[in-house]
Parts: sequence; structure tokens; C-alpha cells
Amino acid sequence: MAFLVSAIGLVRMPDVYTRIHVGTKTTTIGTILVIFGAICIEPSWALKLILLAIFILLTNPLSSSVIARASHKDGATLESDELKEIQK
Amino acid sequence: MFDIVIFLLLLSMLIILYRFLKGPTLSDRVVSFDVMSIMGVSLLVLLALYFQRSLYLDIALVFGLIGFLGATIFGRFIEKGL
Repeated sequence: MAFLVSAIGLVRMPDVYTRIHVGTKTTTIGTILVIFGAICIEPSWALKLILLAIFILLTNPLSSSVIARASHKDGATLESDELKEIQK
Repeated sequence: MFDIVIFLLLLSMLIILYRFLKGPTLSDRVVSFDVMSIMGVSLLVLLALYFQRSLYLDIALVFGLIGFLGATIFGRFIEKGL
């Protein structure tokens, strides 16, 4: 269900930063929940599954941070920038 | 029971593929590629449960590594160029 929310959010959201926000958090929680359920079903695979969960928890925020920084330097703009509206 | 979960996962991958094909900028496509690769890891875990083979977990681990490296290298490419 978290993956479905992620997909709908990724289509509906207006600009790059909100898409990064939707994409990375929901996929992290969805993968961790799937791996936890797999551990409950097959306890003999627990070592590999815990390794996979730790790996996802380490690398997923890192890759989203790299993409966000790169798109900021590339010059992506927000859809509704309230700070610029105040500064006018 | 696994059929329903795999169907939901494939449905969300199809919706994300729409964003991947339509996305206005390069960053949108890289974000949707990253999300699809992590969903692929989860799909491989589900397939390992479905076919009762623990070999697929190794493939999931390597696929997660490759997907993370792909997203990071695309980020550096957007930032600095080749």
C-alpha cells in the first residue's frame, strides 16, 4: 500500500522536490515492511534480509540527497515559492 | 496471498513508468528510476518468497547496490556534466 501511495504521489506532485520527498520516504518504509514480513514468514533467511534492510536504510537517503542537491544546482524551481512572493 | 501484493507492486511500477516517460526534466526521470529500482528490490524479495528460493535474495542485494550507484552517478552527471 505504501508503494501505491508513492506511485500516486509521484504522478500528482507538481515539482521535483516534492517528488523526491514522496519517492524516497514511502519506498523506504515499504521495503522495510516487506522485508519484516519476509522475516516473519521465513525465519531461516533472516541474516540476508536484515543485511538488505540495513543496506536500504543506509543508501536510500544518500541517493535522494545527491539527486536533490544536483537538481538544485541544475536550477530547478519550486512550483509555489512563498519566500519570493513575500520578498516582492 | 503473494499474488495480490505482487499485482499492487507491478501496478505502482506501471504508474511510475508513466512519470518516467512523461517527466518534464531530467531530475524527474532520475527520481522515478531510483524509486523503480528500490521497488525492484522489494519485488525480488517477494518473488523469493513466492518461488521458495533464497538465491533471489542475493540478486536483490546486488540489484540494490547497482541501483544506488546508478542514481548517484546520474546525480553527479546532472551536477557537473560528463
